[in-house]
Amino acid sequence: MTSAISVSGLVKTFGPTRALDDLTLDVQTGEVHGFLGPNGAGKSTTIRILLGLLRADSGTARLLGGDPWKDTAALHRRLAYVPGDVNLWPNLTGGEVIDLLGRLRGGVDRVRREELLERFELDPRKKGRTYSKGNRQKVALVAALASDVELLILDEPTSGLDPLMEAVFQDCVNHERERGRTVLLSSHILAEVEALCDRVSIIRGGHVVETGTLADLRHLTRTSISAELAGPPDGLAGLTGVHDLVVEGNRVRFEVDSDELDPVLKQLVASGVRTLTSQPPTLEELFLRHYEDAK
Amino acid sequence: MIGTWQLVRLALRRDRVLLPVWVLFLVGVTYSTTTALEELYGSQESRALLGLTANANSAFLAMLGPLHDWSSLGGLVVWRWGVFSGLFIAVMAMLVVTRHTRAEEEAGRTELISATVVGRHAPLAAAVVVAGGTSLLIGLLQALALIGADLAPAGAFAFGLSTASVGLVFTGVSAFTAQLSENSRVSNAVAGGFLGVTYLLRAAGDAAGESGPRWLTWFSPIGWTEQVRSFGDDRFWVLLIPLVAFAGLVGVSAYVVTRRDVGLGLFAARPGPARGSIGSPSGLAWRLQKGSLIGWSTALFGVGVIYGSVAQAVGQMVRDNPALGQVVQRIGGADAMVDAFFATVTQLLGLISSIYLVQALLRLRSEETSFRAEPVLATPVSRWGWVASHAVFALVGGAVVLASAGLGLGLVHGLQIDDLGAVLPRMLGAALVQLPAAWVLAGVALLLFGVFPRLTGVSWAVVSVSLVLTLLGPTLGLDQWVLDVSPFTHVPKYPDITFGPLAWLTAVAVLLLVAGFAGFRRRDLTT
Repeated sequence: MTSAISVSGLVKTFGPTRALDDLTLDVQTGEVHGFLGPNGAGKSTTIRILLGLLRADSGTARLLGGDPWKDTAALHRRLAYVPGDVNLWPNLTGGEVIDLLGRLRGGVDRVRREELLERFELDPRKKGRTYSKGNRQKVALVAALASDVELLILDEPTSGLDPLMEAVFQDCVNHERERGRTVLLSSHILAEVEALCDRVSIIRGGHVVETGTLADLRHLTRTSISAELAGPPDGLAGLTGVHDLVVEGNRVRFEVDSDELDPVLKQLVASGVRTLTSQPPTLEELFLRHYEDAK
Repeated sequence: MIGTWQLVRLALRRDRVLLPVWVLFLVGVTYSTTTALEELYGSQESRALLGLTANANSAFLAMLGPLHDWSSLGGLVVWRWGVFSGLFIAVMAMLVVTRHTRAEEEAGRTELISATVVGRHAPLAAAVVVAGGTSLLIGLLQALALIGADLAPAGAFAFGLSTASVGLVFTGVSAFTAQLSENSRVSNAVAGGFLGVTYLLRAAGDAAGESGPRWLTWFSPIGWTEQVRSFGDDRFWVLLIPLVAFAGLVGVSAYVVTRRDVGLGLFAARPGPARGSIGSPSGLAWRLQKGSLIGWSTALFGVGVIYGSVAQAVGQMVRDNPALGQVVQRIGGADAMVDAFFATVTQLLGLISSIYLVQALLRLRSEETSFRAEPVLATPVSRWGWVASHAVFALVGGAVVLASAGLGLGLVHGLQIDDLGAVLPRMLGAALVQLPAAWVLAGVALLLFGVFPRLTGVSWAVVSVSLVLTLLGPTLGLDQWVLDVSPFTHVPKYPDITFGPLAWLTAVAVLLLVAGFAGFRRRDLTT
């Protein structure tokens, strides 16, 4: 597998603010890569550097084998972008914008355009200023999805969409994956990332702190356990990897590092297990853990 | 109306530089015009001669209005500066009101504000308070400046309040135009168009002569200030008309506010085509800017027609009384009066066209700050291609605007003197020689945009300085090196067109443009 996007040691400062701090990101060709992080973590800055709209202070960024700052126009022929804040020209209709952006990229797939308009239930005859936030995003999405490109860069593309449209969007992204396209999806909607992404990178304070498949990441986190035991839960508190232990008579609740699950369960079994609920870590927990560490 | 004062404070905070500059400019020029005129026309005889000239010459009448009272220095000030003072304060009021009403609404910030404890009318009321208050302050300070220059207090207040009254009327006009469309550009364009009509109505009335439609001035807010006859009869009662107009316009606007939804205009947007035909950055620039180009060209054609139609009278007057020529020369003339007139008029047209050029060019910056440049630059469109699309439109558009003005001038004057074949190309040429100077200002704007994007607004300061230096510099008796700052000083005066200055002005413009582009190629997109 080759890398569609390969970034290392990227630094970008805006005056005193260090927006990107030694950022490393790798997106394989053909995968849907989730790009997660709190507000202001540097997601959009990274994307803008990849698009050649901003210039990195140091570090290297390669996009589809080229330099995003130098080979801008040539690279843009092969990608489509949906910005986080879609702002349309007030007096152009949605249809005109879709066709404009498509033509600038070198052509629109007519059939696909009509199909997408229908699926997203978008009226292309309305003027830019009359669209809601969600509808503006649909315009940008249709324009991007209807063009014949290798790479889609989507910056929080669904933050204004309703759940029905979110489902349509997920369908579309899966379709793109099947066609072999690469997708970089910056998102806040964890269910979406969980449903779509092959791999995830978590960015915090301008630095990628975690990257890998969801299974990889889960491995690093804790499982919640609550159990009713036959006898008192002796020895549990002393085990490594057990956190937030609450004991109420014979009932226990705690979290355990996923790596330490085996010895802990053995200890429970030794006390005699009557009921047991185990919850794998949700992406939320994973996410929150990384976010909260920032504070 | 709840929350109005908080919004007034917000507006004053946002305009903490802009408003003082306007006040300083309008008051400062009032004072310096007075002292300059005192020096130039100290003696009673020179003033009498000037009065005779000014009132006999329909070109002067059209441009500046009648000189009602030449016996006093105050009368001269009213004549030389009154109409311009009104024009400038109208622009101030217009920009301030639109900026705090429709532009805020368009940006979606009014929605944010309206959701707090703020009355439905508060945003409009705050804008009216700020623009109206600034107008009154300017009027008051102008009066004090005139009194400071030893002029009669009654006349000084009549003058100051006249200026203020134009500010108030245009506060009302823009409060109303802000309700009409969802787009702040359209609000400004409609109010600006009305200002043009205001100026031209009084120009037509003033130049009409005894038997003509003199009453036309009574339909113009700037005409009303002339009817006050400051330093003459001091007819304060005339100021009741603008006051009523102000109250009426603000009242109607307040009523419209209660009848429409936040963010929408009085006229709903219609659906448009489902498919687009735009496929290039220049196509997009054309689509975004053609409306403004057509508007400006039509307006400047109209201005050309008006000035063209009074030109003949200038020659007539000189033939009747050659002795007058000497006096007029002091007001910025060359030897032949008609030529001097055309030299002055084409320079004015050049200045106006530079406003068009710069605002068309700065579309680049507004596209950038509104995040609309980003999706375009994320396609294979290069930075160069994107900048060029708007820059070429502005540079060529400036030529179109100037040519329309020259066309208006030449057509009317040519028909009047029955020599269209010779006059038309000469007038077109006289208008188009202004282009390199306007390009220089566009070059400055592109340089700022490319290298110091956050200071792009300074372009307007540069345009204003050129405007003031060229329009008022000679009257103010400024040194030549100061006048030389304005590129329009270097444009050869009609009819002695030499190509040297045009060539180097063009070269300077090209250098500035290239530097601006090179800067933009190297910088980040910023907001």
